[in-house]
Amino acid sequence: MCDTCGCHQHDLTDSNEPITTNAAGRVELTVLKPLLNANDQQAAHNRAHCEQHGILVINLMSSPGAGKTSLLEATIDALAAELRIAVIEGDLETENDAQRIRAKGVAAVQITTGTACHLDANMVHEALHRLDLNKIDLLLIENVGNLVCPASFDLGQHRNVVLLSVTEGDDKPAKYPVMFRAADLVLITKTDLLPYCPEFQPARAAQALRHLATHSPCFQLNTRSSAPDLTAWLNWLRAEQSALKQRLALEPVHVRAHEHV
Amino acid sequence: MHELSLCFALLEQVETLAAQHHAIRVERMTIHLGPLSGIEPSLLTTAWPIAAANSLAATAVLDIIISPVRVYCHDCGAESDATANNLCCGVCHSYHTQVRSGDELLLAHLELTLE
Repeated sequence: MCDTCGCHQHDLTDSNEPITTNAAGRVELTVLKPLLNANDQQAAHNRAHCEQHGILVINLMSSPGAGKTSLLEATIDALAAELRIAVIEGDLETENDAQRIRAKGVAAVQITTGTACHLDANMVHEALHRLDLNKIDLLLIENVGNLVCPASFDLGQHRNVVLLSVTEGDDKPAKYPVMFRAADLVLITKTDLLPYCPEFQPARAAQALRHLATHSPCFQLNTRSSAPDLTAWLNWLRAEQSALKQRLALEPVHVRAHEHV
Repeated sequence: MHELSLCFALLEQVETLAAQHHAIRVERMTIHLGPLSGIEPSLLTTAWPIAAANSLAATAVLDIIISPVRVYCHDCGAESDATANNLCCGVCHSYHTQVRSGDELLLAHLELTLE
């Protein structure tokens, strides 16, 4: 990947797999390695890059239209004075979302995936090298709108946040268990529309989440009403950023940062 | 259709191992897959020939072993069967459970012909 950090020198596999030869004269190897080993290693490298600079990385996932970009805009409005924010936008086409973020005076890199239905760690790594990491406290990655594929790919984030808007069904966690199980935080968005969506009951969404045996919190918010309520989300972000800073103060970051894949 | 991405990742891993062992052909691959991995086995089977075309794994047999979803309950200590969207304890119905099996996405085994 990048020449500066040496991650192009990676070696994906060890050569110490147990080997036997079968009756047909073929060699049998026991491997037992994650299929997404290369992506996972790249993601770990991305995390190290960001931790070296004290950056908290959040991966935002949802179906298209759940309000990810609106949430980013409202978050920037609320936190820009206390945290230096940057955004990586993932979409199949257009720079539209990055332009919306840049209009707020925040650095944004748009990844257009073409036909790919998810971001992966390589794409994010390239985007990281287009940002000045010395000037970021909080990096928000807006994944491609999709409740299936993005769940399988680690990007190097610290936390996954999954949005569920009230215009969707409250049984989405039961329909897309892999995605919602991956969530460290679930945000029920557009709650100002709840009076018009009586079929969506936040308690039922929370119950479907509990069936996934997740202990992740579930907050309700809206960004568009006359009284937007983002308090729980903003406090969660502040707490996560502060916890990361404390952890990095205790751990030898310079060692971690040299763990190139 | 992230299964195609996964197939390219699998091919890269298999080709690296084949090169390390000076293999001329990959004969068989065994993958362990759980319902919680987010990978659809039938799509993986469909996508594999596209990814592997013209490689030394083009004719390899792809064996997919599906792991059952099993959870351990921290409240009652039971281990029970579960489903992807209901991971509660099958005995006491608590959600204080831990997945013991069902989220695997592993390349388990390779069979190679050497030069």
